[in-house]
This record gives sequence, structure tokens and C-alpha cells, in this order.
Amino acid sequence: MNFDDWLNFLLLRDPNVFMVVIGTVLLGASAALVGSFSFLRKQSLIGDAVAHSILPGVVLAFLISGSKNPIYLMIGALISGWLSILLINLIRNRSKLKSDASIGITLSFFFGIGIVLLTYAQHHAGANMAGLDQYLFGKAASMNSMDVRIFSIMSVVLFAVVILFRRAFILISFDRDFAMSKGLAVNFYELMLSTLTILAIALGIQAVGMILMAALIITPAASARQWTNKMGNFMMLTVLFGMIAGYVGSFISYSAPQMPTGPWIVMALSFITLISVVFAPEKGLISRHRKKKFNAQKILVENIVKAFFHLNEKVGGKNAKISLDQLNTIMKTDPSRLVKGLGILKQKELVVKAGDQWKLTRDGVAESRRIVRLHRLWELYLTRKMLIDPSLVHADAEAIEHVITPEIEFQLTKELGDPKIDPHLSEIPKVRI
Amino acid sequence: MMENAIEVNDLTVTYNQKPVLWNIGFAIPKGMMAGIIGPNGSGKTTLLKSLMGLVAPDSGTIKIFDKELDSVRERVSYVPQRESVDWDFPISVIEVVSMGRYTKRNLLGRLSKEDHIASIEALEKVKMLEFKDRQISQLSGGQQQRVFIARALAQHADLYILDEPFAGVDAASEAAIFELLSKMKEEGKNVVVVHHDLQSASKFFEYIIMLNTRLVAAGITEEVFTEKNLENTYGGQLNILTSIGEQLKKSAFPVREKEKE
Repeated sequence: MNFDDWLNFLLLRDPNVFMVVIGTVLLGASAALVGSFSFLRKQSLIGDAVAHSILPGVVLAFLISGSKNPIYLMIGALISGWLSILLINLIRNRSKLKSDASIGITLSFFFGIGIVLLTYAQHHAGANMAGLDQYLFGKAASMNSMDVRIFSIMSVVLFAVVILFRRAFILISFDRDFAMSKGLAVNFYELMLSTLTILAIALGIQAVGMILMAALIITPAASARQWTNKMGNFMMLTVLFGMIAGYVGSFISYSAPQMPTGPWIVMALSFITLISVVFAPEKGLISRHRKKKFNAQKILVENIVKAFFHLNEKVGGKNAKISLDQLNTIMKTDPSRLVKGLGILKQKELVVKAGDQWKLTRDGVAESRRIVRLHRLWELYLTRKMLIDPSLVHADAEAIEHVITPEIEFQLTKELGDPKIDPHLSEIPKVRI
Repeated sequence: MMENAIEVNDLTVTYNQKPVLWNIGFAIPKGMMAGIIGPNGSGKTTLLKSLMGLVAPDSGTIKIFDKELDSVRERVSYVPQRESVDWDFPISVIEVVSMGRYTKRNLLGRLSKEDHIASIEALEKVKMLEFKDRQISQLSGGQQQRVFIARALAQHADLYILDEPFAGVDAASEAAIFELLSKMKEEGKNVVVVHHDLQSASKFFEYIIMLNTRLVAAGITEEVFTEKNLENTYGGQLNILTSIGEQLKKSAFPVREKEKE
């Protein structure tokens, strides 16, 4: 493929190419959208099972009808996909096997039958059998304009149906019991979602291949979820990722005709996932690393205000001016770290500088009392409820004091009967005096 | 004759053949604040789920406002246990609360202005209005609980059924929920609460159901909240009842001769 061909593809100059690209992009969008609900319902693996299980249906439909008309193949796929979901539920509900085992058993059983039928068809049916194995891994460029039209229209319909029913689907994904308690037709909506999932997978048999269609169901949603906590954004990103994957797939299919399309779509999707897992804000690896640093900083400044508290305690609890050296008798850390921590505290207006010395502000006093309170509450909890010797609880409390939330503090206070004295007979301060 | 908010007769429920509720019967009069107490695993949640039609009983009848549940569903509102859902779900506070307004009719259409106002008012009542656009994953346990209660309030029901609304909540949330329930009590709303703090239970509830797989006692608090009943509720399970339950599970015998579908 030379540069002109590339340009022709990218600019979609050839009407045939244009159609196929549009078709796969629509397919990617609708499969990803349907898949977002499999993901939200924690049933991603069902997508994989269905993808493998539609094979016998597709081959049988072909053997019976003798044609590769997408409509027949879809019907075959739908029936066989449905049977697989029924079987999964049957095994799960009627035997002692759990979900994972029933999915695994069903998937391999149907796929096994499918391969047997496929092998039979290839040896016994006529010449028009050729290319049936393309349905396993897909070949976008092999679609004729009729196929593309059918798949595109069905993708659009599927997409529209999901959008129309989205509120019902979100509700049953979030809180099935509540939906049932409202008398809503939960079973019907679940049935509908399963049917839509099967259809979405079946739509991809020619362009992507049925086996790897599972990736288009699962991966866009899983990647999108890294980036956002908002439903609307999540859905839009999911669809966008599905579309990108569809585009990349059709591009590969034209630029390297001997390559199957499905694996390349999976490559594109996996790349998107990788980027998401590393770079996404909040959930990404990089931002989690930053969070770790942030926590280290939180621990540092909390320890500094606690050192203030202890030094103040020695002089009868008044809010004294304190020097760096004094602080470091308790902190025992690198002075530059100490200065950095004090800088942060100053920004938060928890300490003020007075010449060479430092002093807690009103909020600073409260904060120092809060930390010490959490520390001593936890020590008391460990000795009283977990029966740990008072001499052993300090180290544990040093770590846990930074973690205790207001809820846990409340529970501790309640469970310990609003205690005043810790196991080492020091006062447990109240935050505000 | 006084109308009952809830009437249960001979209710038996099993999970995997093992009885979780055995021969339960009681009647909560209208306009009462009722508490359900009992140790862990005593079937409290299952009782609520049976009331809401979420589990199929092996035997027994349940009447709500003297009718079948299906004909009064919109008058009943359910607050499931907070842990029963995944709070990492990508959805905002107001989106959860407006679920309380969903009905068969508006599920595919749009929510009306009225629905929106009801959701906002419900959030106000649980003092969570300022968090309306927060994502639920960012809330504390107590705030999540208040969102769940707001969702039920948004429905404007006559009977509220709450599963452990005080479990794992912070001080502010406990106060807010308590205040809300007190107000509902004053207004004469029908409220049923699964609760585990015995001290506050005796003060707060007018009607108490004491459960330990079987019904230990049910009635007006002053009459049933006795030392002896408490001992029967919490003083261990009935050994023979437990062994029979285990036996049913192992041998796959039904708990009633006629099996449920």
C-alpha cells in the first residue's frame, strides 16, 4: 500500500471503502453501548460466552439456507445465543455450580459444537462454503454493499433502542431489588438486554469475527470507566472508543488485506485500555502514584501538628512558640522535610511564623487535637476491644490515626462510651474546647 | 375494625431449602412506627424482602393496607440495605433520588417538573441538597444512606420500609435520619424499620417485632419488650429448629409438602 492509497482511505474517497468504514464504526458504537450495561451489571463474561456460543447457530443457518444472507445468519446467531444464556442460567440455578463454572462450561460446549459443524460444512458443502471461517476472526473488507447496509441499519436500530430504554437499564444495573420493589418489569428488561447483547455480537460476525466481538462488548466500557464517574460521560466515551476501534479495524482490513480484522480491533482496544489504565485521572496508575505522594504529605503535616500538641502538652497545654529544633526532637526527620511540611501548614493557615519560631493558629490547635484524639481513641479501642497490651498499641495508632474518617471516629466514640482517658492515662482531647 | 398497615400470616421462606423464616404472623396497625429486631441471620432482611415481593414465600399470605401488594405498590416505598448495591456505580446523587419517581408509565419518557421537585424536596428533607450533583462514589457511608432514604421519600408513599438505616453511619447522618423518622412518626406515617440498637428501639418504636427465624413476639412495645422475650430472641437459636433446617437443606426435602414453583 503506498501513500496515495493511505490518503484515499483516510479521506474516504472510494465510496465502497466509505460504506465499509461507516458500517464498522456504527457497529463499534452500538456494540460498545450495549456492552456498557454488561459491564455495569458485572456480566462482561456473558458477552464472551455468547460470542463463542453463536457459532453453531450461524453455521446451521448457513447449512439450512445455503446462503450467507446476513438476516439468516442473525437468526441462527440469535437462537444459539439465547440457548447458551438459558443453559448458563439453568446450570447456575439448578446445580450447585457457580456462575463462572456455568459460563465456562456453556461457552466451550457451544463452541465445540460450532467447530464440528464448521468443519463438516467446509468438507461437505459446495464452493460457496469458502470464507465461512472468516466469521471466526472477521474481515471487514469482504462485506459487500448489501451486507454493509443491513449491518449498518441494524446497528443504528440497536443503538436507538438502548438509548430509549437507558433509564430502565441503568436502574436494573444499579439496584435490581429496588426496581422490583417498584413493580417494574425487571425480568423483561433483563431479557431485552440479553437479546440486545446477542444481536450486537451477531452484527459483528463479518466485520470483526464472532469470537473477538466480545472485546467490543467489554473493553470500551472498561476503558471508559477509568476516566469518569458520570453516567453520561461514561456512555459517550464508551461509544467513542467503540467507534475508534471500528475505524482502526476497517483501516487495517484495507491496508493489509491478508490480515483478519478482529485481532486488529482488539489490538486497538487494548491500546486504549492501556492508555486509560495508566493515564486516567484518579483511577490511573500515574494519578494513584500522585495520591500516594499526597498521602505521604498528609501524614507528614499531621505528624507535625501532632508534635506541636505534644510540645504544648509539656508546657501545660498552652499554645507556645516552638522552634525547628524542638519540633525535631519529636519528628526526628530531615530538617528540609520539616520546613516543607511547615510551609504547607502555613498555606493552610494552620501555623504562623513568629520570627524563627512557629505557632499553631486556632484552626491549627483544633487540628492537632483532632489527630491526637484519633490516635488515643484507636489505642483505647485496641486495648479494650482487641485486648492488645497497652505497650504495643502505639505503632498501630501512628498509622491508623491518618485514616480514621469522621464516621469511624463517631463509632469509636460511641462504642467506647465517649472516653476521656487513653490506655497510657493521657487525656483524650475534644477537637474544640 | 382498625385497618392494618401490614398483616402477615403463616409466612415461611427458605433459601436453598433452608428455612430463614418459619411460620411468621403479625399485624401492624395503621399509623405506627414499627421496629424489627433480632440477631444477625434471624431473617429480618428476608422478612422485608418478602413484604416487598422480592422473595417468593413457601407459604403464607401478606396483606398491605388490607390488599395484595401489587394493587398498592405505589403507596409502599422500600429502602434496601446500603451494602446491597455497588456505590462505585457511575451515577450522581440526584439521579439516584429521581429513581424514586420512576413508574411503568414514565420509565421510557421524560421525568416531569413535578418529579424533579419531589426529588429536590426529598434531598432537602435528608439534608443532602448541597450534594445533589456529587457522584455517589464520593459520599460517606452515612450520606449514602441518606441518599437511599431520599429516594424512598421522593416516591411520596404511605408506608416506608427501611432496612438497617442506622448501620455504619456518621454522627451527622444519624441525627438527620433520626430527626426525619421522628417527624414521620409525628405525622402518623407508617414506618417499618429493621434496627439493631435495642436501647433506642424500645424508646422509639410503638410496635416491635422480635425475630429469630421464628417469631418470638410481636405487639405494642410496652407489652412485648420484656426481659424474657429479649432473652428468647437473642439467647441463641432453638437447637432442634436449626438441626431440622440443616436436615432439610441436606436431604432436599421441602419445608411444606406442596413445593413452590
